[in-house]
Amino acid sequence: MKKVFHVMYDDDEKLLVAARELVSKGIHVNEVYSPFPIHGIDPVIGIKRTRLAITSFMYAMSGLSLAVFFMWYTMISDWPMNIGGKPSFSLLENLPAFIPVSFEFSVFCAAHGMVITYLLRNGTLPGMPATNPDPRTTDDKFVMEITTDTNSMNAQDLESEIKKTDVFELSIKDVKES
Amino acid sequence: MQKESAIREPLILGHKTYKDITDDVVGPIVGPASLGWKILITISSIIAIYGIGSILYLISTGIGVWGLNKTVGWAWDITNFVWWVGIGHAGTLISAVLLLFRQKWRMAINRSAEAMTIFAVIMAAVFPGIHMGRIWLAYYVFPLPNQFGSLWVNFNSPLLWDVFAISTYFSVSLVFWYVGLIPDFATIRDRVTKPFAKKMYGIMSFGWSGRAKHWNRFEELSLVLAGIATPLVFSVHSIVSMDFATSVIPGWHTTIFPPYFVSGAVFSGFAMVQTLLLVMRKAYKLEDYIHVKHVEYMNIVIIVTGSIVGVAYLTELFISWYSGVEYESYAFINRFSGPYKAAYWTMMTCNVISPQLFWFKKIRRSLVATFILSIVVNIGMWFERYVIIVTSLHRDYLPSSWGEFIPTATDVGIFIGTLGIFLTLFLAFTRFFPVLALNELKTILKSSGESYKNEQVK
Repeated sequence: MKKVFHVMYDDDEKLLVAARELVSKGIHVNEVYSPFPIHGIDPVIGIKRTRLAITSFMYAMSGLSLAVFFMWYTMISDWPMNIGGKPSFSLLENLPAFIPVSFEFSVFCAAHGMVITYLLRNGTLPGMPATNPDPRTTDDKFVMEITTDTNSMNAQDLESEIKKTDVFELSIKDVKES
Repeated sequence: MQKESAIREPLILGHKTYKDITDDVVGPIVGPASLGWKILITISSIIAIYGIGSILYLISTGIGVWGLNKTVGWAWDITNFVWWVGIGHAGTLISAVLLLFRQKWRMAINRSAEAMTIFAVIMAAVFPGIHMGRIWLAYYVFPLPNQFGSLWVNFNSPLLWDVFAISTYFSVSLVFWYVGLIPDFATIRDRVTKPFAKKMYGIMSFGWSGRAKHWNRFEELSLVLAGIATPLVFSVHSIVSMDFATSVIPGWHTTIFPPYFVSGAVFSGFAMVQTLLLVMRKAYKLEDYIHVKHVEYMNIVIIVTGSIVGVAYLTELFISWYSGVEYESYAFINRFSGPYKAAYWTMMTCNVISPQLFWFKKIRRSLVATFILSIVVNIGMWFERYVIIVTSLHRDYLPSSWGEFIPTATDVGIFIGTLGIFLTLFLAFTRFFPVLALNELKTILKSSGESYKNEQVK
């Protein structure tokens, strides 16, 4: 059996202050649910900066190489054509004309690849069930999730520490450990 | 928390709380549809159906039912295409470029401007599609393997660049818009009570729960998407302009085209945003979020881009004379004094003179004047494309092939029809979608909300 504390605050700054206090006492905060990004919460509860931007760069580079390779293959290798006196002899000579499509395709791959990665990593996909503990967390309330299994403190001490912060509402649930 | 100068006008008027923002935006979606909305969507759907009928008539009969002829092979169709693409430029410019410049006022308008972008680009895509004549062979524009014909597509051609530019622009704008909508759909999901609506918003919100890690990724994603969408915005209309600029038609063969088209696009896009939002803010009682200051900011963008367009018109005239090419100078003399001079002078008045009125603070901050001028600008920008396309084509090198373009009822019907389809889509959007980026707005409440600002002054 573990106890799950859902600590609700009615202001983002109150939650931030409370999180700092609790973490300084060695309490581990599992998760924060908020209607909008709370700036400054990530380092407090130990969330590292996402690597999504790196993936986007990799997708862009794949798109770029794919586009250049494909244009070289169709226009120069497979079926070279003389269009309006502008023959296709080598990649280098034709490169200026290939810039727009290379750029567009890099952007295409970067944007879509990054968004797909984002949705998969988040586990937010069409038809997924919502997991926020209280419907008010998408409106104007902010919830912090603390559990006994990730903390060395016992339930009573945790509860009294939590109650010292500026809590709006506190719900405690017993959950079977899986 | 970011601080903002106390003397700067607040971006959110009234003494709002987080809950008020949710209620103001979600309220109209949860409540019943207003009578005005029902009347408007009925009218626009009738126009849309007429437009679809005209398109079907065109496809089944052939593009001869347009007023096109051997000399003027591009007219209303491509004019409408360029006009709609131009209008489609404001949305991504607002959400991407203004995000990079950290302009907080974008948050009140980006959602609906992006919706407008998406619908405008759909309307734009209709025209090259039906202009092909045999639309069922439209897949030929994509680089498909040889079984479909003996040749690959020509990657040297700006028309093909356009295929890539428009499809990239459309799909990237769509995902950028949707990613921002997910958290707002979650807000609606948690507030509607009707089971069907709850189910639908549940599916559309992708199970968003607002976890800290997800917000962390969300912010990174928005920033990177804005970074790559910014050059995309500029590239799209540059490429559209190259459809003309890389040809050898006097009047089209101009190196000034890319920047000139991009600023024209931003100019008309912002004008259309003004037209739509001035009505929407009243109808949905969003005056506290989209107020005079927002309108003024947009008018400043309109005056800047409008002046760039004006300079481009004058430069074109000067260069046509200075180049010493007689065909080039004839094209421009013919533009302002030939059979289409009425269109040219309409364009000049609407695009160069009328936006200059915004130098007056009174006019810039007047909602009525802005609404009228925004429509004037849109008319002017339509005429700009018409002038560029038709006046350059109707005088060939051979006087025996000189011709004129007269629009037919089908030309008019399809154009009016796309306006109807566009409005129908936009009205449906305002009814079922959160018209403001409400969760994003909550982040600026404490730095730019009226009650919080007053506290700073004390």
